[in-house]
Amino acid sequence: MGQAQVKADAGARKLPYVSAITEGVREVLLEQDNAFVAGEDVGQAGSVYGYYRGLYKEFGGDRVIDTPISEKGIIGLGVGAAATGLRPIVDIMFMDFLGECMDEVANQMAKMRFMFGGSATLPITVLTMSGAGANLAAQHSQSLEAWIAHLPGLKVMMPATPYDVKGCIIAAARDDNPVFVVMNKMSLGLTGEVPEGAYEVPIGVANVVRPGKDYTIVTLGRMLHEALKAAETLKGIGIDAEVIDARSVQPFDTKTVVESVKKTHRALVVHEAVRFGGFGAEIAAQIQEHAFDYLDAPVGRVGAPFSPVPFSPALEKLYVPNAERIVAEARRLIGA
Amino acid sequence: MAKQPNNKVLLDIHRRMVRIRVFEEEAGKLMEAGKIPGALHLYVGQEAVAAGVMVHLTNDDQITSTHRGHGHLIAKGGEFHRMFAELFGRSTGYCKGKGGSMHICNMELGMLGANGIVGGGPPIAIGAAFSQKFKKTKNVAVAFFGDGASNEGSFHEAANMAALYKLPAILVCENNGYGEFTPQANHQAIVDVADRAAGYGMPGVVVDGMDAIAVYEAAGEAIERARKGAGPTLLECKTYRFYDHVGIRGMGLTYRTDDEVKQWMQRDPITLFEARLAEQGVLSEKKAAAVHAEVQQQVKDGIKFAEDSPFPDAASLLDDVYATGS
Repeated sequence: MGQAQVKADAGARKLPYVSAITEGVREVLLEQDNAFVAGEDVGQAGSVYGYYRGLYKEFGGDRVIDTPISEKGIIGLGVGAAATGLRPIVDIMFMDFLGECMDEVANQMAKMRFMFGGSATLPITVLTMSGAGANLAAQHSQSLEAWIAHLPGLKVMMPATPYDVKGCIIAAARDDNPVFVVMNKMSLGLTGEVPEGAYEVPIGVANVVRPGKDYTIVTLGRMLHEALKAAETLKGIGIDAEVIDARSVQPFDTKTVVESVKKTHRALVVHEAVRFGGFGAEIAAQIQEHAFDYLDAPVGRVGAPFSPVPFSPALEKLYVPNAERIVAEARRLIGA
Repeated sequence: MAKQPNNKVLLDIHRRMVRIRVFEEEAGKLMEAGKIPGALHLYVGQEAVAAGVMVHLTNDDQITSTHRGHGHLIAKGGEFHRMFAELFGRSTGYCKGKGGSMHICNMELGMLGANGIVGGGPPIAIGAAFSQKFKKTKNVAVAFFGDGASNEGSFHEAANMAALYKLPAILVCENNGYGEFTPQANHQAIVDVADRAAGYGMPGVVVDGMDAIAVYEAAGEAIERARKGAGPTLLECKTYRFYDHVGIRGMGLTYRTDDEVKQWMQRDPITLFEARLAEQGVLSEKKAAAVHAEVQQQVKDGIKFAEDSPFPDAASLLDDVYATGS
């Protein structure tokens, strides 16, 4: 694992992120007779981004199910089906549409097991697409992981690579809890090593993608790739950054991050979501709680400004965090 | 033609209604005396609906309920001991004291929970019905909800999907005339919620929800239809809650007149049913009284069990947030 996931061996099979999604879902449908996929245009159309393509034909309309545009109904279908013995994979096309089904997510799916004294088990996988950069404006571009990571009862993963997205989907589907796999639309064409067959990316385990000794950069989702670019720039000025891909937001792997900070004494948290009140604030708080005495600089955060995502490419470019902003913030915090 | 209930079924319906009534009367008093914590939404007045539907179901059929859910669980076979224990917040309750009145459930009985969110149940019931279709069983799922919930988008989405997929589901609207304190005329422009069925492409049926036999017959047809794979039905039962939105005395708001309440109480579903059974020679007044007395004793035993039960251990605070070991 580790670096192997982003730096593929020569000759290893490479696939784009979008095809890794398809493979992950396919492995689950092959493995679990009581699994099914339901969502808007997931069946005959193969989804708006094509990541279910071929599954309807292979598994049939009883297991790959087109739904009406009804997010409350889709999540509710998942909850009721899971509570009665099935293992649903439900698709919320854009993460922004969570607003349409937040009761079913927050008050039903997340809480049912607890409220019922442990007598209900809800093995639900929710696949959804986040991320800005495609000029889709304020209602199709958000990263809302903080909404769901704040809800006890849910697990949340944010795979950044083709390897991880396949492994996250399989791990989510094998888990007996509701698990969100928050994918990124700007990563769909990203190519990387993807092994054949089924494998899991463990939930709750961060990935130290680039080891380093001077600076810990923790990333959520697609920001991994911007942080890796930033790390190369920082190397040029003598800063050896360690880049950690959180992969799992809930549960969050505090241990791996804290161990790293104890070694590097500096930390920067990077996510695409709005910075103020974002999940990065929690990561920063965890770091200062567990490694305060080791810190040589304030814990930094890079995220989007406190604004909806703008449409115009000219503005969106300014909005989405990138390698330059990561470098600038890293340097500012240590006066380098 | 609707199936007529035989004597055994009539007595079964009667017992289920009495069990609900006695449980709720006692639970309401205990809450208002401060012995049961929190808020209870009592089902008194609506017993004919739960009993008339549930007598058709087995433990393999699922239901979803509402914030007014005790009656549904009792009619589905819930035990007083564990129900009172839950209302008292004890570890021996159906939810180990984690859910209380608004989330009381029993998965083995197919009761997928009361629900604190108006309109929370129908989408879940549709999921349960989908499961039955997926597994190719003859089981059904029933969503109970009120006239108030029929204005929630969740109801609309669930109804549409139930009809679209021809799911073995029955949508039972208990129209008690009020969405909390707001009369139906002030929350929707229609009189019969069942009219909405046409918009989804399913049959809509209106019955007198104070008449257990009418409910039994209409529910029987809808359930039969669902079991045959012919799809869902929207069954509206016109009923009334005798007490307030919360508790017996409630909050003393003047949103309905004493006269209106009195008129509905004259159509008490249990009194009407007992008169009918006596007339038909199925259950004498004396025997009916014996059923009440027997249930009173069961309620007493249940309360004692609950009061004697321990509160949940502090160590259980974080239990069951997640399933472990998967």
